Amino acid sequence: MRRGARTFADALVLAALASYAIPFFWQLLTSFKPEAELLRVPPLLPSQLTLAHYRAVVEKSLMPQALANSFGIAALTTLLALAVGVPGAYAVARLPLPGKRFVLLAIVASTAFPQIATVSPLYLLMRALDLRDTWSGLVLVHTSFALPLTVWLLSGFIREIPIEAEEAASVDGAGLFGLFRWVVIPLLGPGLAATALLTFLFSWNEFLFAYTFTVSEASRTIPVALALFPGVFEVPWGDIAAASMLASLPPVLIVVGLQRFLVRGLVAGAVKE
Amino acid sequence: MTGREAVNRRHGMLLMAPTVLALGTLTVYPGIWVLWLSLQHRIPIFGVSRFAGFDNYAFLAFDSRFASALATTLIFAVTSVALEVVLGVAAALAIHSLRGGRRVALSLLLLAWAMPAVVTAKLFEWLYHPTAGLLNVALGGHALNWLGDPRLALPAIVVADVWRTMPFVAVLCYARLLAIPPEVYEAAQVDGAGRVATLVRITLPMLGRILLLAILFRTLDALRAFDLMFVLTGGGPAGTTETLTVYAYRALFQTLQLGFGSALGVVVFALVMTVAWAYLKLLRTSTVTA
Repeated sequence: MRRGARTFADALVLAALASYAIPFFWQLLTSFKPEAELLRVPPLLPSQLTLAHYRAVVEKSLMPQALANSFGIAALTTLLALAVGVPGAYAVARLPLPGKRFVLLAIVASTAFPQIATVSPLYLLMRALDLRDTWSGLVLVHTSFALPLTVWLLSGFIREIPIEAEEAASVDGAGLFGLFRWVVIPLLGPGLAATALLTFLFSWNEFLFAYTFTVSEASRTIPVALALFPGVFEVPWGDIAAASMLASLPPVLIVVGLQRFLVRGLVAGAVKE
Repeated sequence: MTGREAVNRRHGMLLMAPTVLALGTLTVYPGIWVLWLSLQHRIPIFGVSRFAGFDNYAFLAFDSRFASALATTLIFAVTSVALEVVLGVAAALAIHSLRGGRRVALSLLLLAWAMPAVVTAKLFEWLYHPTAGLLNVALGGHALNWLGDPRLALPAIVVADVWRTMPFVAVLCYARLLAIPPEVYEAAQVDGAGRVATLVRITLPMLGRILLLAILFRTLDALRAFDLMFVLTGGGPAGTTETLTVYAYRALFQTLQLGFGSALGVVVFALVMTVAWAYLKLLRTSTVTA
């Protein structure tokens, strides 16, 4: 009896959470609904499922190019943020630095920096350097914006590495490069993955900078393309739904497949201080 | 020893240099530049560019649109953070009570958090559709124009924001709940504490500190929020969802007042920093007493 009651409680909680995700599932269903049935609700369920909206998005819209831009920009941002952030985080965690307290304070303060405050000077900077509407421009801006959190997270993870491992490496005469190659990066494993995922998601989802610094399909990312999704006479709800699903595919895969790392990163970001 | 120390110092500076360079050129330098821009009248299309002192800020004191945007920003931040905290704690307790399926539960929750805000905007635009929206259908066929009615638009956006960010609060609380040792609960049971007493006297106080941090992060994000209102309503109808960020953006890139828009950006910056500073002070005193 008790056991039955607990199973029932479990089912109730899971049902409540499933209904929390209804906005997502409703859009998923919409993306497979025939055009003629979109604006006729109820019935809630379509008479048949169709791939027409996905076909329209892939063949006739600029979404494929936007997906490619987003993948490229988010991947390069992640790589660059880690390449810059891992050494920086190591210095913060392990080495004496002049003005270390100030550096730490600046890093924490810049995580609170509102994008709207720097968007106007960055716009002028991008224009002056001819970086508007390029991948490089967005990668640079995204990297600098993600960097404080990257350094913050990584320095916490580096402190968890047993210091003996590093001492052994320096006794063995491994140089600075060897220390990272053989000790820090291998031992950082899951922490590195967690940080990389959060950086990737930030860049994939970012809208304000991407919207301001892009002009054409050459560099427009997925959120921008979705916000600007064209409708000629009426809003193409089915196509928008399909495009939304494509835009949320990587985040969904990360949540489902790499949840462990994601949660680790989220919690570390809040608790380490 | 001193030789070792000097080498470490040199290595430290070497390893830190790229981070300092990146933050210096793309965050600190623009951060100073925006202060300078905010002291100018700069309207590129009319070729206007001159020093204006504090004119832009003085204008804000009597600008009713600014007052309204400030009020909207604060109402948005307070209501959405309050709802997120209450729902987030409830969700964390619910997931913690599960015996199985916690991974699925977290997936369902984190889905909302992980996707781009622009996608969230599109999901809710469709849910709020006046005739075919699921919400109106669920309410029994009303034709409420959620995003077009000045009384409904801001609450509608708050709901979308809460949906998107509550999972963040829930995950932090859930992780804290996992860290409470089971002995604590066993002791409470031995003392004959009921479920409510255990919740109020043990579980919620244990969540106190992580909740303060979650509230801090969420408040800072809510004050800077932009994507949802910009995409869903663009600040309308009748300016009822125009936050400071949307006002700043429209001044900068739609009416092209580079100086005035920058002043608005600086105000958002000052607001965020003030709130962060006040919160951290509060956190510090609360740790002393705890």
